[in-house]
Amino acid sequence: MSERDQEFLEYVQSGGQVETTDWMPDDYRAKLIKFIEMHGNSELMGVLPEREWILRAPTLQRKLALTAKVQDEVGHSQLIYRVVEDLGKPREQCLEDLISGKAKFHNVFHYPTKTWGDVGVIAWLVDAAAIISQKALLKCSYAPYARIMKKICWEESFHILHGRDVVLTLMNGTDAQRELVQEAVTRWWGPLMQFHGNPISKDEDPMYVWRIKSQGNEEARQQFLDGYVPQIWELGLSVPDPKLRKNDDGVWEYTEPDWDELRSVVTGHGPKSQDRLDLRRRARENSAWVRKIVLAEAA
Amino acid sequence: MNESEARSLLEIADDELILGWRDSEWTGIAPLLEEDVAFSSIAQNEIGHARALYELLARERGITADELAFDRSPEEYRCSRLVELRLLDWEKTVARQYLYEEADAKRLAELMQSSDPEISGLAAKIDREETYHRMHAQMWFDRLKDEPRFTAAIEELRPLLDAGREEHTSELGELWDEMTMVRRSQPAGTAW
Amino acid sequence: MIYEVFRQERKGQPFQHAGSVEAPDHSFADVYAREQYGRRGESQALWVVPREAIIEIDEFVDELNRNYHRVDGYSLKDKLRRARERVGSALVARDS
Repeated sequence: MSERDQEFLEYVQSGGQVETTDWMPDDYRAKLIKFIEMHGNSELMGVLPEREWILRAPTLQRKLALTAKVQDEVGHSQLIYRVVEDLGKPREQCLEDLISGKAKFHNVFHYPTKTWGDVGVIAWLVDAAAIISQKALLKCSYAPYARIMKKICWEESFHILHGRDVVLTLMNGTDAQRELVQEAVTRWWGPLMQFHGNPISKDEDPMYVWRIKSQGNEEARQQFLDGYVPQIWELGLSVPDPKLRKNDDGVWEYTEPDWDELRSVVTGHGPKSQDRLDLRRRARENSAWVRKIVLAEAA
Repeated sequence: MNESEARSLLEIADDELILGWRDSEWTGIAPLLEEDVAFSSIAQNEIGHARALYELLARERGITADELAFDRSPEEYRCSRLVELRLLDWEKTVARQYLYEEADAKRLAELMQSSDPEISGLAAKIDREETYHRMHAQMWFDRLKDEPRFTAAIEELRPLLDAGREEHTSELGELWDEMTMVRRSQPAGTAW
Repeated sequence: MIYEVFRQERKGQPFQHAGSVEAPDHSFADVYAREQYGRRGESQALWVVPREAIIEIDEFVDELNRNYHRVDGYSLKDKLRRARERVGSALVARDS
């Protein structure tokens, strides 16, 4: 590492903030782009599992809430890709890489949504897992990203309430409705446990070293379990892991997540990965002429 | 409210509900991300208008807005064929929006003259929100007016404005099946 | 074209940079900024500006320490102490 790089490293590790026009090491910029791009991709792909349920939403309020939630996610991807673009990678390139499989998106968005129970569980638990990571990003050394995270976290706050509301209504309803929730929790548990990534030590995680992330993977997972397992259990729902328990020292024990599944899914082999990428590809091809007209005069 | 007003209100409500769904089909796949967000707001406004109208009508009938919105059979809907069509080509979506807003403005103007203050008040509120939709439609019209595929779409869709509302496309039946499947999975009156 | 968006949270508050949108012209920029930064009624007002209209300044030169027009150029503690002491001893002298 050059001296200048070393100085920069010390600067970010002691809480220093970096702006778009500041000098930054090539490695920092590259890691930043990769990390933030994956976040943008995830917000955009996250829309696809949920949008199917807008039509099927069983009340007008649910329809509106779900439409607004999904709209927020598209909006987040817009904010995030703008940050990536200002770092040097154009949005169109990001979208190309997403569709070709070159760039990744989070595991949870590769799975199908099968029932209305999924709609509640996703907004309640999947969003919760995501928000834990997102809150940690508020301290990102790269200031433009930290700033949009503030807006994103603020908007996500209603998503969780919406999820809770859907789940609680179902749990207070018929046996069949309660079964919808339980079945969804059982099915989503594996991906949820894999969501925060394998427990690589903070100091070996370049994202943490550069203070792009301010939290290790295991720390995030523990936070998730601590916040949400009690919420799950208090509703009389069960989690499909007999080993899950909180130790006397406050640490949650659990069955080792399937890291092979995570690796396979994130590289495009999830049950819905290809379908969803195909949908994006077709939509993109179909509307290329619109972008040509509208962005033609763009500088 | 009189018969003809009730009929008009139901037509608008059904139009806005179905068009709101068709517009929200673009979520996540609109030509531009910024447009995706903007168009979703339009869809939400439409569903919101439908909700307000259903609430007004449902009260008269002693039922809830959700029951009125979802618990009828497809033949009982009074939406126009224009809004029932799935039009996942941007030029067709914009053409539909443009034509719909033009026609909608006229019927809202009539309802704003209603002697029933609830009706005229609601119509005025909806009209004020629609100003934004009209602005949006005009903006895209100006951009696309020289595109042959756009002018073709306008010509193709315009006749549907005058088509009757008693007969529906097969698309409405399919849409209705999916729209009501979760509700129908549990007894009437179940909370969701 | 990239447009920068500044938003005002409430009347009386300053406009702060909120983010940016890509749009082909002013009317699209109006719609898109409104959506991204105001659809929840979270902004009192927005200023939307083409990025190229913004002049960024981030280097300021002060080689010869121009603290005469800043608060940190004035250290009055010692002088005040001496002035108070002088009055103190003057009073003692007067009253004795």
